[in-house]
Amino acid sequence: MRAVLEPALRRYGAPLTVTLLVMSAAWVLLMIALPQLLMVDYSLRPMLPPSKLGGPEDVHTLRNYGTLWSNAIHLGIFLKTVWGSALVTAVTLALSYPMAFYLAQVAPKRKLPTLVLMLVVPFWINEILRTFAWYIILAYNGPLNALLVGLGVWAEPVRLLGGDGGVIAGMVYVYVLFMVLPIYNAIETLDRHQIEAAHDLGAGWIAIHRRIVVPHAKPGIAVGCIMTFMLAAGSYAVPALLGGPQSRWFTEIIYNWFFEGGNWNQGAAYAFILLVLCVGFILLMMRLFRVGLTDIAR
Amino acid sequence: MSRDVALDRVTMRFGAITAVRDVSLTIGAGEFFSFLGPSGCGKTTILRMISGFMEPTSGAIRIGGQDMRGIGPNKRPTALIFQNLALFPLMTVGENIGFGLEVRGVPKVERHSAVQRLLDLVALPDAADKRVTELSGGQRQRVAIARALAVEPSVLLLDEPLSALDLKLRQHMRAELRAIQRRTGVTFIYITHDQGEALTMSDRIAVMNHGVIEQVGDGASIYDHPDTAFVAAFVGEANRFAGTVAEVADGIAALDTPVGRLLGRNPRGLRPGDRAVLFVRPERMREDGAENALAARVSHCDFEGAFVTAVLETADGVRLQVHTPHRGGALPFPPESAARVGFCAGDAVVLPPGDAA
Repeated sequence: MRAVLEPALRRYGAPLTVTLLVMSAAWVLLMIALPQLLMVDYSLRPMLPPSKLGGPEDVHTLRNYGTLWSNAIHLGIFLKTVWGSALVTAVTLALSYPMAFYLAQVAPKRKLPTLVLMLVVPFWINEILRTFAWYIILAYNGPLNALLVGLGVWAEPVRLLGGDGGVIAGMVYVYVLFMVLPIYNAIETLDRHQIEAAHDLGAGWIAIHRRIVVPHAKPGIAVGCIMTFMLAAGSYAVPALLGGPQSRWFTEIIYNWFFEGGNWNQGAAYAFILLVLCVGFILLMMRLFRVGLTDIAR
Repeated sequence: MSRDVALDRVTMRFGAITAVRDVSLTIGAGEFFSFLGPSGCGKTTILRMISGFMEPTSGAIRIGGQDMRGIGPNKRPTALIFQNLALFPLMTVGENIGFGLEVRGVPKVERHSAVQRLLDLVALPDAADKRVTELSGGQRQRVAIARALAVEPSVLLLDEPLSALDLKLRQHMRAELRAIQRRTGVTFIYITHDQGEALTMSDRIAVMNHGVIEQVGDGASIYDHPDTAFVAAFVGEANRFAGTVAEVADGIAALDTPVGRLLGRNPRGLRPGDRAVLFVRPERMREDGAENALAARVSHCDFEGAFVTAVLETADGVRLQVHTPHRGGALPFPPESAARVGFCAGDAVVLPPGDAA
């Protein structure tokens, strides 16, 4: 604390330092901590009509959290969201790792700006519009069906929208950059001679990746998986647009509690369950990849 | 088991640049062979072609008689020691050394004993569980050697592996490398721009310049009998005098230079009228002017303990270096004094001007 304060005092002087500290503290407290605490409080109280607020029934209870376990449909959607997000993460990783490796170690340096630009340009467009593009691509009378029928892969168009397949494909597309970039950053720092040395010592490509590249890229892989999983689990637009009643996402249930059921207490409890899931996933990833917070912040 | 390496008219082009031009030579099994040359001369390209990271544009590379075209680095009987060593920082020393065996599927127990045997060979018996980052520069060097030897290569390729070490350690490692080479009998191919390294360690040396081999031979023949002006200038120190050949007789050429007529050996058969350069080593210069006498002034004189190096300048501004052993007593060549120096015709060599470094 002293180490941070003293240079700040020297550089900005006491009045400005205090002003900056108060402003950041106010931001954190009023904009982040307080609303969250309010939501925690909401989630721990039953929904009551205004006349009963503050009455004998307005007590703290865990009942809202229990609802999920007694509602088989909601629990099913919750588990499907977990499983779906994990699948999205796995598919995105499988797609991104070769891309990141190519960009970081194989692609000629002069081509790199073009290639990275091609990856980034789609992300200049809003997520909803990008998802909508997939809505068009995957439509029953859309170009993908037309192409596959034209090529003779399918005899007649197939319903691609409204199911899990469309949702997962859309999410992979929407979040792929959040996986490619951290892995690219990690692999980029790997000395090419390490790969050559392993190759020279007799390692084939599988062994080189398993023993040299992946261990080096682990922090990047962990960050990419964490980001992709959290974005997927918290995604609303993609399942809402590309999914259907059969492929509802947990975020849609939370939305319904808040804005259609008007039950903020229940919605807040569901939202916190999702948050706990995501934190749990982060901890699992860190354990699985044996990386610490400092590795990830690198 | 060591094997010989044959380069047969090997050429390597990168676009418009020819990095290696029509190189043919055979490196004997169990030989310590060095490629010596300035940076950019193509020596690293040759090494990368032998190890399999590059395929020559034309020509063939044969190891033990077998053509290596199309065979990847992981399938060749070679092991490469990189300039920056390229040890795996996330593995222990033991895992580094055992890596080649691990990817060949050698069981753990066997691997373990092989690693220990190699650690003993490079005099690091207790280092197996250490992290690479815990080791000193010289120790890392030995781990890199052990890691390369673990796969029992027929040919060990070394890409200036000593360049990152300090002078003392470098000299020590030279002796060590030579000893390891003798003990294992593996063919060593060593790349360096450091003539001291090449001369002290090698059985034979190839001096390279601009992608071409200028001369191949043992250290003494390259130093004493350079074939080209580049070799004479690049290997060791040399005084040089440019001029025109006046007459030739009995393998001796007389060269007219700005400091007068000088005599030297004429191994390339130059004829009167040819432009040429005469080279003579500083330690072959004599304090008395015998043949080839030169009058000069002493600019300065450095006492280096075992020997004395004097820099002289003739009236025409030609600088001369003279190297004499120090045998006690007063130092020769007091600064600013006049001196007469000379050299025997047999100690000098007259070569076509070519590409003197």
